[in-house]
Amino acid sequence: MTKISMTVNGKSVSGEVEGRTLLVDFLRKDLRLTGTHVGCDTSQCGACTVHVDGVAVKSCTMLAAEADGANVATIEGQAAPDGTLNTIQAAFHEHHGLQCGFCTPGMVMAAADLLKNNPKPTEAEVRHHLEGNICRCTGYHNIVKAIMAASGQDVSRLAAE
Amino acid sequence: MPKDSGIGASSKRREDIRFLTGTGQYTDDINVHGQAHVYFLRSDIAHGKINKIDTAAASAMPGVVRIFTGADFEGIGGLPCGWQVTDRFGEVMKEPAHPVLAQGKVRHVGDPICAVVADTLEQAKDAAEAIELDITELPAVVDMKKALAAGSAKVHDDLADNLCYDWGFVEDNRDAVDQAIKNAAHVTTLELVNNRLVANPMEPRVAVGDYNRANDESTLYTTSQNPHVIRLLMGAFVLGIPEHKLRVVAPDVGGGFGTKIFHYAEEAFCTFAARQINRAVKWTSSRSEAFMSDAHGRDHVTKIELALDADNNFTAVRTETYANMGAYLSTFASSVPTWLHGTLMAGNYKTPLIYVNVKAVFTNTVPVDAYRGAGRPEATFQLERVIDKAARELGVDPIALRRQNFITQFPYATPVALEYDTGDYEATMAKLEEIADLSGFEARRKASEAKGKLRGLGVNCYIEACGIAPSNLVGQLGARAGLYDAATVRVNATGSISVMVGAHSHGQGHETAFPQVVAEMLGIDESMIDIVHGDSSKIPFGMGTYGSRSIAVCGSAMVRATEKIINKAKKIASHLLEASEADIELKGGQFSVKGTDKSCAWGDVTLAAYVPHNYPLEDIEPGLEETAFYDPANFTYPSGAYACEVEVDPDTGKVTVERFSAADDFGNVINPMIVTGQVHGGIGQGIGQALLENCAYDENGQLLSASYMDYAMPRASDVPFYAVDHSCQTPCTHNPLGVKGCGEAGAIGSPPAVVNAVIDALQSGGHTHVTHIDMPVSPSRVWAAMNG
Repeated sequence: MTKISMTVNGKSVSGEVEGRTLLVDFLRKDLRLTGTHVGCDTSQCGACTVHVDGVAVKSCTMLAAEADGANVATIEGQAAPDGTLNTIQAAFHEHHGLQCGFCTPGMVMAAADLLKNNPKPTEAEVRHHLEGNICRCTGYHNIVKAIMAASGQDVSRLAAE
Repeated sequence: MPKDSGIGASSKRREDIRFLTGTGQYTDDINVHGQAHVYFLRSDIAHGKINKIDTAAASAMPGVVRIFTGADFEGIGGLPCGWQVTDRFGEVMKEPAHPVLAQGKVRHVGDPICAVVADTLEQAKDAAEAIELDITELPAVVDMKKALAAGSAKVHDDLADNLCYDWGFVEDNRDAVDQAIKNAAHVTTLELVNNRLVANPMEPRVAVGDYNRANDESTLYTTSQNPHVIRLLMGAFVLGIPEHKLRVVAPDVGGGFGTKIFHYAEEAFCTFAARQINRAVKWTSSRSEAFMSDAHGRDHVTKIELALDADNNFTAVRTETYANMGAYLSTFASSVPTWLHGTLMAGNYKTPLIYVNVKAVFTNTVPVDAYRGAGRPEATFQLERVIDKAARELGVDPIALRRQNFITQFPYATPVALEYDTGDYEATMAKLEEIADLSGFEARRKASEAKGKLRGLGVNCYIEACGIAPSNLVGQLGARAGLYDAATVRVNATGSISVMVGAHSHGQGHETAFPQVVAEMLGIDESMIDIVHGDSSKIPFGMGTYGSRSIAVCGSAMVRATEKIINKAKKIASHLLEASEADIELKGGQFSVKGTDKSCAWGDVTLAAYVPHNYPLEDIEPGLEETAFYDPANFTYPSGAYACEVEVDPDTGKVTVERFSAADDFGNVINPMIVTGQVHGGIGQGIGQALLENCAYDENGQLLSASYMDYAMPRASDVPFYAVDHSCQTPCTHNPLGVKGCGEAGAIGSPPAVVNAVIDALQSGGHTHVTHIDMPVSPSRVWAAMNG
């Protein structure tokens, strides 16, 4: 067992993990931060996306021990302390960008990573950026729309509805 | 002006908040104190005889609590099938045993052999490696036609062969259909494959079994679309636990698409094992495990013939389908290729004679059952493809050929047993022409050609039978359950309301849409109403969510229960207002006496019901809580017209969906935003089936597509924005809301549009020999067709 410490959503945390423990399992099982989900075992679906030192990472692909000392952000830390949704969360709510909600935390974290680096993405750029995040419910229409809306673009004329 | 609340309003979804903040509670988020973990050791071969299982060394490994095998389930019921189909000759279908853990033989890759229960999952996995299996591999049965050939290996040794049933519908029409085809002016024939799919909800299945020895109560937390169905099947048929000692909870469920309807071995195992070891047992499927243990979908091989007279009127349809059941009969497997498929072969058209033959076949593959649409996509695909092919052979416009044959008078009794209550197929086609800008297609084709691309347009219609289902009818057809639903409306003293419903929401937004209906009926704010679902100990005995039934069946039960509430509340109000009950009106949350200024508020009445100091106790009971069960009088019949435009790269065969438009008639709509989202999702899955997804086995029954590396899920870059319209509304005539259901339409209507568009692109590009390409229409298949 290895002792690890990291900052998660602004709080210092520590724990003892096996060498094989994945970051996602440390978050879900040790810290009980169950908002980060596991949807596959081949790093394809992106439901487990979190930010590690400001970069979007699939937490099923990183060992917990590798995140020792890192600054980790998960879906649970995205809204304001009073519960107010952040811009991306609010856009998903406004534009019906989620149905069953299982891929949603990963989508929100992936979208935040995109908008940080590309504040006004085109539709094609949004779709390309979501290559590693699978949604089975929405057909992606409202996810793409929500992310473009979160970037401040007018989405009212994107498609006939 | 769009409404901002009640029926017809695009109310924002209240369930979003927990999902967006990571505070939803899915089954894997549930951990019971002291729980053990189970790992299933599954067959890695398709077919084999189990000679010996040696668990001695594994049982001694650290942390192992107990290792179970099929022997532990001797004398315990197998997993039941919920629908008994009767074949063409009046014989009931073959129904082989489906043990919880394999007994004697393994019959598909993924068939569970041993269940290792340990303190941690890692310990269970480590111990599974130490189990010694002695299994003799047997020849695998994979291809359906070979499975029916004389001398084929048998999936089930106790059956005569691999045929589950040979179903004919309508058998009495068989000769007349043969004659009509013989006498037709033109017959178009198409042979096609409806590709095997994996539903792939993003949340893998999970089961947590818990047991309380003190009161002999079992609880199962599971990823289910229908907790009461699981309680009934598992309690009554598998484990013999009476309902009052068995609670089934389906909390937040991360998508279902049909594959979470069924009762699975892992649910029964965790419930059983928890009782055996007096400790909770948890199983979480990995995605790889899901590919080999979730019931698959589709997998039909079909020949369809469409006969036309000299004026291009459809005169007969004849089909022959081989439907893969997999190794065992999953819960509703037998009903999908029969009553959910054959009955839909009239489509939107007045074809007078139809005969459908379906041979259901056992193979050494994962069981096949309902996946979004369930039988109806298979019916729609073959019919709408053969009509397109016929139009091309006859040199007529495919839209005009459809229009000419539309059913226009309602109600309409089809020759395949259904009676469509309402519809307006011309209206949805006209709407489609508008929203898809079909008049602008030729200009877009020229623009594509200028880029060196081939552009094609595919149009089709669909009809589905939803709102499943009238119990007396389905009982005659072999269903072993009623298909009503139920709702309890519990009004609290201060006027807030909890509605307990049998339907289950796993993405459909019931927690938002259902209160809109009650709010509209009572004239109170939506925020005063909450929906309770998913826990058999809290909700009435309803049958859950599938077949686009939630609002049409459970919503109707909720309306009936609310009507009872209103009736009782009016009695209370008449007492409070000292007026005749017949003079009481309820409007905007106020009870008033007709023709006077006397009124009292909703909250005055609800408080009186629970604090009955001034109350007609001699006439009515205190309290305000009502339950209704609703059994539909008929199916509902959503319909629509879809259009797809594709570009094909002639150098690579790659198909790109450029535009997709859908004009649907869902009858009345409760929440347009949610309905539009349902159609989006269905189209996404339909494009996935048409272009990308394929569940493939090799000739030895090895599953080749068991991860997202090999099974091509649609990604954001594979699809365009969709144009969706549901303003054509012919309300259902037999349910109180006039609703038809919208959950499956997109997945039913979209695959033929995509394939029709690809064929149109190739034909217009001069590849006139290409009349069909099987799904998924992958670049290699398109290239091979063009260059074949």
